Amino acid sequence: MQFTSLNTELTFFQKFRNFDYILLTCILLLGLISSLSMYSTDGGEILLHSKNHISKFIIFFSMMIFLSFFNIKIWHYFAYLFYIIILGFLLWASLYGIKASGSQRWINLYFINLQPSELMKVAIIICLAKYYHRVQLREVNTFQHIFIALIILILPIMLVITQPDLGTSILIALSGLVVMWLAGLNIKYFIYSFVALLITMPFAISFLKPYQKLRILTFLNPDRDPLGAGYQIIQSKIAVGSGGLTGKGFLQGTQSYLEFLPEKHTDFIFTLFAEEHGFLGSLGLLIIYIIIIYRIIKIGSISRSYFSKLFCFGYGSAIFFYVSVNMSMVLGLLPIVGSPLPIMSYGGSSMLATMIGFSIVMSAKINHKQLIA
Amino acid sequence: MLGEDFGVKKIHTINRRMFTIGAAKFIVFAGIIARLFSLQITDNKKYSTLSDKNRIREWKLPPVRGEFLDYFDNVIAGNFKVYQLHIIPEDVEDFKYLMLRLKEILSLNNNEFEEIIKQKNNQKPWETLIVSKNLTWEQFSKINYYLYDLVGAKPVMSVSRNYPFNESYTHVLGYVGETSEKDILSNENVKDNHVPGLKVGKTGLEKSFEDQLLGTNGIQRYEVNAYGKRINQLDHIEGFKGETIKLTLDTEIQKQCGELLKDVAGSINVMDIYTGDIIAMQSSPSFDPNLFLFGINQDDWQLIRNNPLKPLVNKSLSGLYSPGSTFKPMVALSALENRIITKDFKVNCTGKIEMYGQTYHCWKDKGHGVVDLKEAMKQSCDTYFYEIARKLGVDRLRETSVKFGLGDKVLNETFNNEKKGLVPNTQWKKNTLGRGWLLGETLITGIGQGYIQTTPLQLCLMTAQLGNGGFKIYPKITVQKNEKTAEEIKLLISQKTNNIDNNLLQKGQDFFNSLNENQYGKLFSNSENIKLVREAMFASTNEIRGTSYSSRIEDPKYQFAGKTGTSQVKRITEKDRELNLNTADIAYNNRDHALFIAFGPYKNPRYALSVVIEHGGSGSSTAAPIAKELFKLIIDRHDLREQVQKPETLNT
Repeated sequence: MQFTSLNTELTFFQKFRNFDYILLTCILLLGLISSLSMYSTDGGEILLHSKNHISKFIIFFSMMIFLSFFNIKIWHYFAYLFYIIILGFLLWASLYGIKASGSQRWINLYFINLQPSELMKVAIIICLAKYYHRVQLREVNTFQHIFIALIILILPIMLVITQPDLGTSILIALSGLVVMWLAGLNIKYFIYSFVALLITMPFAISFLKPYQKLRILTFLNPDRDPLGAGYQIIQSKIAVGSGGLTGKGFLQGTQSYLEFLPEKHTDFIFTLFAEEHGFLGSLGLLIIYIIIIYRIIKIGSISRSYFSKLFCFGYGSAIFFYVSVNMSMVLGLLPIVGSPLPIMSYGGSSMLATMIGFSIVMSAKINHKQLIA
Repeated sequence: MLGEDFGVKKIHTINRRMFTIGAAKFIVFAGIIARLFSLQITDNKKYSTLSDKNRIREWKLPPVRGEFLDYFDNVIAGNFKVYQLHIIPEDVEDFKYLMLRLKEILSLNNNEFEEIIKQKNNQKPWETLIVSKNLTWEQFSKINYYLYDLVGAKPVMSVSRNYPFNESYTHVLGYVGETSEKDILSNENVKDNHVPGLKVGKTGLEKSFEDQLLGTNGIQRYEVNAYGKRINQLDHIEGFKGETIKLTLDTEIQKQCGELLKDVAGSINVMDIYTGDIIAMQSSPSFDPNLFLFGINQDDWQLIRNNPLKPLVNKSLSGLYSPGSTFKPMVALSALENRIITKDFKVNCTGKIEMYGQTYHCWKDKGHGVVDLKEAMKQSCDTYFYEIARKLGVDRLRETSVKFGLGDKVLNETFNNEKKGLVPNTQWKKNTLGRGWLLGETLITGIGQGYIQTTPLQLCLMTAQLGNGGFKIYPKITVQKNEKTAEEIKLLISQKTNNIDNNLLQKGQDFFNSLNENQYGKLFSNSENIKLVREAMFASTNEIRGTSYSSRIEDPKYQFAGKTGTSQVKRITEKDRELNLNTADIAYNNRDHALFIAFGPYKNPRYALSVVIEHGGSGSSTAAPIAKELFKLIIDRHDLREQVQKPETLNT
């Protein structure tokens, strides 16, 4: 084959030695923290959520290790296919998906209910990384290349936003755009589109679902309707704020234990964590994420292939988006949009997607000297 | 293969841009950390408070109401255990089945059944549904028997007000009922301790002593979840039971009064002439206040409300009557005190006198002939009293009457429904009616008719103060700590009598004492006058031709002195006089009120009483016999009463 003949293949032990153990440790640490948090949301018992979460973490973590042994070239080779399969899943979800709480996001794969939009958050980065891998810098800003990149980006966004899932589509868009920017897209396009966005904003708002409008209004003033739309954010702030410096203690979070926190397993898991472990705990958790992001970018910067570099930079930035959007949301800095906290939040698809991303990063680390044609 | 160098610029760009993003990340994370700091460190206190407010809920428990005791420590308004059936709908698997079973077991009718379902739909599923407030013991045991089949039903014991003597104390104590918005707004204490289902006094002493009786809430502090469901109990603070209030009343006498007033409208009051203790205060007809405890049903309520004999009115305090001839002792005393007459002053009664173009009749058409004070009082000769009232004038008469307690509240503010009555004088008429006093009005005031109005309790006080020799007493219905005994008061009084020519020192001391203590002051200027009136009253009951002679008791132990009264409610026309109808032939509402006042035992008086029978006919035929029956009991209870230790303090 083309790619094997050009580079010397690493042995199993060499690969094993090349693992990024700092990143691995941080992921395991997150897995442990998230399992304990899930145990706490179950009221200090191993029930449905903690059981599922722990088993999924173990399965997907093992999968991540396994996939890391694949050469980064293979990811490069199948990048478009991966994107197209996920796009197909999204289409499937729109047509035959499982409806739950007002949106149609899931497809039934018999062994798992998959949320393809979560996988698309990674797929978009791989796909664009491959796309820009071959494009010359001076060609990046030609109409043709901008157009194709935008098509790649807009197709999944359209499918996700109609599910409807505003949070995920924003994260997909942010991931895609950051890759395009890293690839060298002229800053003026971003400025133009930002201006255009501001102009079309009023029209866009009219297309929002009533609950989405409500969320924006609520974000602007949570006390507008403290028992209705503002409830989540008020309760979340109370929980975080009452945590104090060291928190109420493990399993002692009254706000979550007494069910004042909605969606504490998923998007608001950080609230529970902050309530029980306080400012120091939250800071610790944030530092773990910062180390993860730092390691991913570090791996990108030592990668010799442009594909690896772009993917790592893109994925590192994406993780940053996930974390900052989620935390800003639960701390009342952003309106509430559905966005899970990577690894911490309950949800198989999100975990799967995050682990796939990590495995590509790990593969890039192992094969950082690898060049891709 | 494309070489490394093809993208040197590209690599350069991506690295530069990554650096920019890195800087942006740094700023964003710094922002998030700042936000965490502000929430968790700076505003921690605020959010901790909010969090506790979220999770901790207090439940107030109803306070246990203080009890009323009679003079012999019998509970006359207490708390009794009630058996109730509670359901928490949330805990019931099959609510419909449970309710149908209960309907069967408790034999609820459809109305009651629907009321419960309605109640259930109006409350949260974890709130207690009271299916039955007051189960009988049979129902309660039946439910316990079937409990295995009644999953979710909770038979519980609770506390409720209870009036063990039913209608005996209705007007004195009043009754309690569900708290109304007005009750809450008008009483801070009730507001502070209010819980749903709290009962507060609606009338009578239950209302007057609300603050003392109420007690304070127990508090249960629970941790609740977001839906308000109790998760666990954090704290339980016992409330304080309300104060126990001891009354001066004697249940035996009170009950007897109720018996004597059976089927008639009227009032009986009995008072200790030294201590002012009210020993009985009965108003008739009465009703059972226990009916109000769990909400009176409409039929019972209509029966009470529409009864023409007005059971809702406490006639002892709120009933206003012309005193009729029972006022004559006041007229005689006033005339003597003002030296208008002496005991030998005589009037020739011919049955009527003409004056100012009007005829004033004596009750006895043939007249009494020549009568002196004692004879006039004894036979209740109206002509005699017309004459002395005319000489005395209404203003001086009023002075004496007011001294003896007429025209003012006897128990001050103890009861909110006590009336002042009215003792008229010329000034009053001018101010109120805008017309001048007519002399004829003085005449009819002299026989206790006309404008004058008194409550039965006022008449009792007046009699008591005649009975004790003319000294002011201070009526009361509750037993207070450190109060003077009858013996101490007697001593005080006798000192006053002996030091008739009191020196300046004594006067100064009296004045000093009067600032902080009851004075039991003299109400007369010459004790001889009181003595004359008392003798006349004695004659009225115990000598032949006395108006209450047939109700006398000869045994000196029980012998009493009294005065009858028959007060007109309607002007008697000449035609009526000719017809001279029997009481039974007159329409009920036009019949005379029958009154009687008495004190005794005559040799060593201790008790006074007043009897008023609305539309009862004449005082001598209706009211006086009641006094005779009652007096025996009062005296027989005297020794028992004396044995009761006056408590140093009431609050144990």
